[in-house]
Amino acid sequence: MALHSARGKLISVIGDEDTCVGFLLGGVGEINKNRHPNFMVVDKNTPVSEVEDCFRRFVKRDDIDIILINQNCAELIRHVIDAHTSPVPAVLEIPSKDHPYDASKDSILRRARVSFISSIPKVHY
Amino acid sequence: MSGKDRLPIFPSRGAQMLMKARLAGAQKGHGLLKKKADALQMRFRMILGKIIETKTLMGDVMKEAAFSLAEAKFTTGDFNQVVLQNVTKAQIKIRTKKDNVAGVTLPVFESYQDGADTYELAGLARGGQQLAKLKKNYQSAVKLLVELASLQTSFVTLDEVIKITNRRVNAIEHVIIPRIDRTLAYIISELDELEREEFYRLKKIQDKKRIARKKAEAIKAELLQQGIDVRQQANILDEGDDDVLF
Repeated sequence: MALHSARGKLISVIGDEDTCVGFLLGGVGEINKNRHPNFMVVDKNTPVSEVEDCFRRFVKRDDIDIILINQNCAELIRHVIDAHTSPVPAVLEIPSKDHPYDASKDSILRRARVSFISSIPKVHY
Repeated sequence: MSGKDRLPIFPSRGAQMLMKARLAGAQKGHGLLKKKADALQMRFRMILGKIIETKTLMGDVMKEAAFSLAEAKFTTGDFNQVVLQNVTKAQIKIRTKKDNVAGVTLPVFESYQDGADTYELAGLARGGQQLAKLKKNYQSAVKLLVELASLQTSFVTLDEVIKITNRRVNAIEHVIIPRIDRTLAYIISELDELEREEFYRLKKIQDKKRIARKKAEAIKAELLQQGIDVRQQANILDEGDDDVLF
């Protein structure tokens, strides 16, 4: 574990093309030795099972600490995200370009006390 | 829960002392755990407030980032595939640190720049300025998201720990302390019972002795009336010498 924490960890992205491109330009993208990228582009033709597999793969990889996922993609694989309870990697739902962010759908916030959620405003693009 | 639920222990003075010590220990532990829960709760609320703040900020930052992406696309033309195909090494990486709240370790993420920009030459022909702005925007978005991720991780961890701590506090308050109390009450009642028995026995013996003495005196008085004086007669068992102590 000490060996790993000494090395920098990665941020991975699951989302639509524009989100991925944006974050890649921001400099989070990496392709490892086995040619596995740390991002996944989801378009409307991508089957849900593929998103699910990809998410599971990212969770299993020990060099990934944060998984960014568009909220509309998160909706597709909600049950998998809900089942992921360990703190690392942290799963962060982000708004996508054409879907407003709805805090009440966020797995993390939903898991916490319900009374607080009403205080989080809806974020629109 | 039945009122008879108590620890299986033999009622004795020693056991009573033991139970008293345990009760004191349980009360101390309850106080400490309560304090811990309060400390965690305080931190939890603070983090919650920060999360709400950061989520709102995230909306703005992401909006700006997406807008600059559209701008860059408008000037440069579609570069999506170029970017997606040319990924090599990550420029932004994450370090993990540990924070400690009342004995709970919370991971804190921290982003740092590592290595050169892969897309240094992107937009060399057209729209370089827009691309630079786009990169800057997304980098700040990443920074914010990393911050949010560490807040969220702390949030989840704290939530779990608070639940466990509250469960322990309640268990001590509503199960362990009442059980010890009941055990103590049981021991005291048993000891009292024993004491009463002993007292009764003593009284009974005294009664018997008194009756026996009266009888003996009555016989002696009767003999005296008949003219036989037994008062001066020595007891056959009384040898007249002192008891020998070894």
